[in-house]
Amino acid sequence: MTIDPGTESQATAEPGAPAEPTAEEALPAATEIPLEARADTLGAYVGRWWQGVRAGELGALPIVVGLVVIGIVFGTLDDTFFTERNFTNLLLQMAHIATIAIGVVFVLLIGEIDLSVAFVSAVGAVTMTLLLRPDASDWPWWAAVAVAVIVTTLIGLLQALVITKAGVPSFVVTLAGLLIWSGVVLIMTTEYSTSGTIRIQDDTVIGIANDFLSDAAGWVVGAVAVAAYALSQALTARSRRARGLDAKPGIVIALQVAGLAAVAFVAIWYANRDRGVPQVTLLVLLLFVFWSFVASRTRFGRHVYAVGGSAEAARRAGINVDRVRIAVFMIAGFMAGLGGIILASRLRSVATNTGGGNLLLQVIAAAVIGGTSLFGGRGRVVSALLGAVVIIAIDNGMGLLNLATGTRFVITGLVLLAAVLVDALSKRRRAARGVV
Amino acid sequence: MTESPLLECEGVSKAFGAVQALYRVDFEVNAGEVMALVGDNGAGKSTLVKCIVGIYPFDEGKVRFQDEPVDIHGPRDAARLGIEVVYQDLALADNLDVTANMFLGRERTRGGFVLDEPSMEHAAEETLGGLSVTTLGSVRQTVAGLSGGQRQAVAVAKSVMWDSKLLILDEPTAALGVAQTRQVLDLVRRLSDRDLGVVVISHNLHDVFEVADRITVLRLGQRVAVLDRAETTQEEVVHAITAGTLDHVPGMADAGVTEA
Repeated sequence: MTIDPGTESQATAEPGAPAEPTAEEALPAATEIPLEARADTLGAYVGRWWQGVRAGELGALPIVVGLVVIGIVFGTLDDTFFTERNFTNLLLQMAHIATIAIGVVFVLLIGEIDLSVAFVSAVGAVTMTLLLRPDASDWPWWAAVAVAVIVTTLIGLLQALVITKAGVPSFVVTLAGLLIWSGVVLIMTTEYSTSGTIRIQDDTVIGIANDFLSDAAGWVVGAVAVAAYALSQALTARSRRARGLDAKPGIVIALQVAGLAAVAFVAIWYANRDRGVPQVTLLVLLLFVFWSFVASRTRFGRHVYAVGGSAEAARRAGINVDRVRIAVFMIAGFMAGLGGIILASRLRSVATNTGGGNLLLQVIAAAVIGGTSLFGGRGRVVSALLGAVVIIAIDNGMGLLNLATGTRFVITGLVLLAAVLVDALSKRRRAARGVV
Repeated sequence: MTESPLLECEGVSKAFGAVQALYRVDFEVNAGEVMALVGDNGAGKSTLVKCIVGIYPFDEGKVRFQDEPVDIHGPRDAARLGIEVVYQDLALADNLDVTANMFLGRERTRGGFVLDEPSMEHAAEETLGGLSVTTLGSVRQTVAGLSGGQRQAVAVAKSVMWDSKLLILDEPTAALGVAQTRQVLDLVRRLSDRDLGVVVISHNLHDVFEVADRITVLRLGQRVAVLDRAETTQEEVVHAITAGTLDHVPGMADAGVTEA
């Protein structure tokens, strides 16, 4: 604990001052203006939001601005960017990024980093593919998927144990992991194939990221999602009002539900004009809802934020900080495994270079661009989705323009840099307002 | 005030190697009383507090709490008895809101997993309201946005929410401005009005004289005076801090003057 004699060095106040036991009438204590008034009306709600933005609580604002810019740039430069076909392509291409990035968000929330996720995802994909080979093990698809995900989760556990028990920074441990798991992928793929590429021949697994919902199913999913959102918002507001607490005004809930419905239904309509809503999009949405719930509504999620905000405060509050850290790295491993399976499914194969290239950069960039702070304790699961949209939209647009690989790396790097700058500047702005 | 003290330390000592940090110190706090603990650097204030909550064991001496002999082996034992310490650094998570901080590690849930936010928020508002902490706009704003005095209030409220009987505040006003110091001192008075025992460690005699009922002065690990606020002066306290008579000479056992 922290009373050390050194902190007692404040000067003994006015030792020679006249003894003057002061009366206890309170001075007016109203010198502090409440930062946040109750927001029961639409105007107050919007006002509070704007106040937050100005104080550096940017939320999803940079994403919206970024997407508009991306849309304008690529929309004018290339005719095929805004087509139904390309829209469903985007949905397919972002799925594995968003999935892995959800795990990265958790790691960033506790103020750590995991540089191994890309190759861990490849280990999962290769494990599954090897188990599925019809000429060898020929496992049922569900067993192969389950084992692959268990393997990547255990990799997360292993790395977390080194980080927590030995006290080595996660940066170094997962950097070593990056090299180790890329080597494992190389060994496994070259061991079992001469060409270095192993095809997946299981229809269910290939279907994960290649099949589409029927038009009707797409609409049903959209309607259920919007209804569930509306219901959860309404129930939350009701239970808060029942306790006499301020709640989101009904008009705000109605507007948010209407906005979500508009976006969802336009997207579904647009996707249905092509091949329909990809199955994998539904999978990603379910993962998003589940992990959002874990992060924002459960005791575990609260502890994740606490560890990221102040590990010392969390420890003194009786939270087992190491256990939270271990669980978070296991989540990252689990989500990496799922992401690897999704990517392998879309590509219908794994190869020696699976998990390589700029995958690591893309998933970490997705989490950060979406608004999760590298400094720990700030961010939401939704940032994985938003960031994945941005990253993939840029990648996809540059692909359509046939830009050279070098140019694409430079531009993607600059976008990541911009996102980190927004994070750092908004942190500074919050600090300037006393909101560290 | 009750007859027997809420907390009573009798002849407690603590040595770190050759350094006698505490030597046969008697210390007591009554319920509903604010006891200030003052002394120069190295007088043993922090050591005494750390020993009371069990971070270090006493070498000798007895501790009684609510008239029962107790053996406290750590902050958790202390918390179970109802003894809470608010340290100078407050140990709040800046990124969490007031409610989340107050319930950190002891969240209320439905079914063991899902946070019961309305219930916690309600309880947080009630606790803060009960302490007349009115300058907080919302218990849903993050702690990072609070002033020093507000943070102190949150840390104190967090401690009293768990049915605590004795609250130890380590330099609660050290980093605060005038108005905020005033708020915290008012808060301390309200705690004692609620029949809690409060120990305030402070260097600021002005604050001590505003808030304390009694003042225990430590010097070189020994208690040199217990003064009634109403019957003493700052000069007397300063004199005790700097030149109070030592009953025992450290390292010479009982060879010094005894109180007999």
